[in-house]
Amino acid sequence: MTKFIVNGSSHQADGDPEMPLLWYLRDLAGLTGTKYGCGLGLCGTCTVLVDGRPARACLLAVGELEGRAITTIEGLSADGMHPVQEAWRQLNVAQCGYCQTGQIMQAAALLAKTPDPSDTEIDAAMSGNLCRCGTYPRIRAAIRQAAKGGAK
Amino acid sequence: MNAPIVNTGLMNEIANLSLSRRGFLRGLAAGSFVLATGIRPARAQETKYGAEAMSGGLKDDPRIFLAIADDGTVSLLCHRAEMGQGVRTSWAMVVADELEAELDRVRVLQAPGDEARFGNQNTDGSRSMRHHFQALRRIGAAARQMLEQEAAGRWKVPVAEVRAERHEVVHAASGRRIGFGELARAAALRPVPAADALVFKRPADFRYIGRDGVALVDNLDITTGKAVYGIDARIEGMAYAVIARPPVYGGKVKRFDATRALQVPGVVKVVPIEETPIPSAFQPLGGVAVIADNTYAAIKGRAQLDIEWDDGPNAGYDSAAYRAALEAASRQPGKVVRSNGDVDTALAGAARRVEASYYVPHLAQAPMEPPTATARVTAELCEVWCSVQNPEAIRADLSKRFGLPLENVIVNTLLLGGGFGRKSKPDFASEAAILSRALDGRPVKLTFTREDDLHNGYLHTVSVARLEAGLDAEGRPQAWLHRTVAPTIQSIFVPDAQQAGAFELAMGAVDMPLAIPNVRIENPPAPAHTRIGWFRSVSNIPHAFAIQSFVAELAAAAGRDPKDYLLQLLGPDRVIDPASVSDQWLYGEDPKRYAYDTARLRGVIERVAAEAGWGRSLPQGHGLGIAAHRSFVSYAAVVVEAAVDDEGRLTIPRVDIAFDCGAVINPDRVRAQLEGAVIQGISLATVGEISFKAGRVVQSNFHDYPVTRIDGAPKQIHTHLVTPTGFDAPLGGVGEPGLPPVAPALCNAIFAATGKRIRSLPIRDQLA
Repeated sequence: MTKFIVNGSSHQADGDPEMPLLWYLRDLAGLTGTKYGCGLGLCGTCTVLVDGRPARACLLAVGELEGRAITTIEGLSADGMHPVQEAWRQLNVAQCGYCQTGQIMQAAALLAKTPDPSDTEIDAAMSGNLCRCGTYPRIRAAIRQAAKGGAK
Repeated sequence: MNAPIVNTGLMNEIANLSLSRRGFLRGLAAGSFVLATGIRPARAQETKYGAEAMSGGLKDDPRIFLAIADDGTVSLLCHRAEMGQGVRTSWAMVVADELEAELDRVRVLQAPGDEARFGNQNTDGSRSMRHHFQALRRIGAAARQMLEQEAAGRWKVPVAEVRAERHEVVHAASGRRIGFGELARAAALRPVPAADALVFKRPADFRYIGRDGVALVDNLDITTGKAVYGIDARIEGMAYAVIARPPVYGGKVKRFDATRALQVPGVVKVVPIEETPIPSAFQPLGGVAVIADNTYAAIKGRAQLDIEWDDGPNAGYDSAAYRAALEAASRQPGKVVRSNGDVDTALAGAARRVEASYYVPHLAQAPMEPPTATARVTAELCEVWCSVQNPEAIRADLSKRFGLPLENVIVNTLLLGGGFGRKSKPDFASEAAILSRALDGRPVKLTFTREDDLHNGYLHTVSVARLEAGLDAEGRPQAWLHRTVAPTIQSIFVPDAQQAGAFELAMGAVDMPLAIPNVRIENPPAPAHTRIGWFRSVSNIPHAFAIQSFVAELAAAAGRDPKDYLLQLLGPDRVIDPASVSDQWLYGEDPKRYAYDTARLRGVIERVAAEAGWGRSLPQGHGLGIAAHRSFVSYAAVVVEAAVDDEGRLTIPRVDIAFDCGAVINPDRVRAQLEGAVIQGISLATVGEISFKAGRVVQSNFHDYPVTRIDGAPKQIHTHLVTPTGFDAPLGGVGEPGLPPVAPALCNAIFAATGKRIRSLPIRDQLA
């Protein structure tokens, strides 16, 4: 059995310790904001924060999460008012929106570490997150906008 | 029967709505359901076009689609699927405008599949706004007039003295005003105004239509993880399944042993699924399903299945060999699908002949949300929750499969995490339903893993185009011979179909608009060895790639500027009678309204050239390329700036796209679709390829089926919308037409930058 924190609440996983956090969140905890895209850490759609750092939930076995603090999109902010979420809405970044929860988590992690990233830093940090609709130009713009807002 | 446990109130509402069939009518119709009276049946002998020709037709009765609650909240039932094109937002804009409602007091609900009730729901072909804009205006205007009549009646003043204004009806003379919510119940009982009695707003008074910067109705849900996609359905007591499907199309399970799979903790049951013989249409491929308590256990259990396959007739499908076969076919005469003048004589007499062959491989749509469906099927009732582009198609299938009346089959469309054509094919919903039935009605969620999505898809066709032109002494083509060879989408429905359908030929091949006196287009046969399906822009992709690359090649041969040469070949402005080019489809639209207008193609070419600074001086290793194409009755032109360094690394500093789709209803979403089309076009041009060996797809996930990432996206994309002349002109499609010119514009830019001509996609390492 493994105990960890998800969005501030205690969780314990007592099933298969090899189960990826992704399926624990989606199927067992009912937190479906974290999406499946590839299962191999190739697309970033399932990005969550583990102790504040971005990670792919499809690659994290629940058995290895003892004592960790997980933040999912549902816990990024109480009311959806994180600067990244606001910027995403102001610029209408989403098309289908499916990958955007992972994009937002990755962008939030980037800005936490690098409050005013260059375009090159944005592309480098976000290159693990696929979007099939092609929202990349607006993702770049929204990150720049969130960075600007955060600096005020 | 348990009520569904669903993630959000919205989902509950959809479920209740589906079950009660009357829930939506609270408010406007006060519980009494009266059939629409406002539909004008087309005269019998009249050929139908557009929405009227689609299954289910077009409905515009406000009582079907609108409800206004006592607090004034307007609910709009959207019956087309949302897959990122923004239909839920754009439709709300139109209805809110004509209703004179405040957009932030409009809620958009998603309709279940029911074409008899809602009209056509097949979200495909870039039709949702094109076919529905005027109907949505009628819906909004009719409801507004019912509210105005109710207010006038209460105040005992002529209806001409009142008007709706921002969610209220106002009587200016007396200063009285009353909210929509207070009027709604009684207004709903008033007769729906006849179509010819409707008064529409003047475009100058539009508050949302044509305005930029309208926020997406699903923005908050999407950015907080509350948006419910097909894969997110949660039904009480549900099990989770994955399926091991035949790796070769038409293959079968010879024998299987589930012993070890059943030992995996959490695995509940292993269920064989009967194969559908070729052509399998939208039916399941068959195979062996593993059902478990969670998705991971199902995946783990599936890995333990021991299956021996009988690969069947397509076991030899090999992409390298098949390409050679397509190229051989393209060197032989094929079925003539368009002929003007005398190509052979003109070719024989040409001052110079130029020929080239182009190749586009199979592509997978690979929407970020793979195909997924949840079903609960008892002896009496079949319910499905899924992300499908065409809910009515699966409803009819399931009704037949389970012998249930249509009304006992409920298909709830959730948000689509991308579609791109894959989710027009609802095989996955049938699979989920079969599995739920096998568990005696326990709900089952069936998920395609990414590997399943690539291995068992409905792929974009694979194609060779061979073009030959005869140029006169001035370098102008006098003859044009185009052979297009590609397995047809019809092969999933018709045994051994080998010729292109009229709809495939009319996607850029026969409707080639260049003013060349002698033109012949041929279609040699091509057998299909896998499931071929729609992929955003469909046959326009290979046709535009070949034709727009070839025009640039001819320009180079003639020593001319590619843009000037393209405009010269386009010839004088004219409207092309589709019959004159053997276009038997025209996207299902009325030739009187939608015939090819070459002035509009010229317009976008000139616009994009001006905006992109065509002819500007560029750094070493940079080049500009141009391409233009009409598809889905809209006109698009693209200029790409490509940069290739000494190591052959390609970057794309800038893309400009000019677009004419008629009136622009939601500029922000049109721009978003164009931005996405540019990136998807670059993705397929640079890295996209699905290939086969021994009948099996070689690629398995995003490591070997790459799609463009943010660092491969253009540094800048500039979208240029051609200014509309008004809102009464016919609308064009938006979701697809931006894509076809992207790949040829890119390859033309690479040629300008390097002198290297790319004729085979993807580009990948051809520049190294």
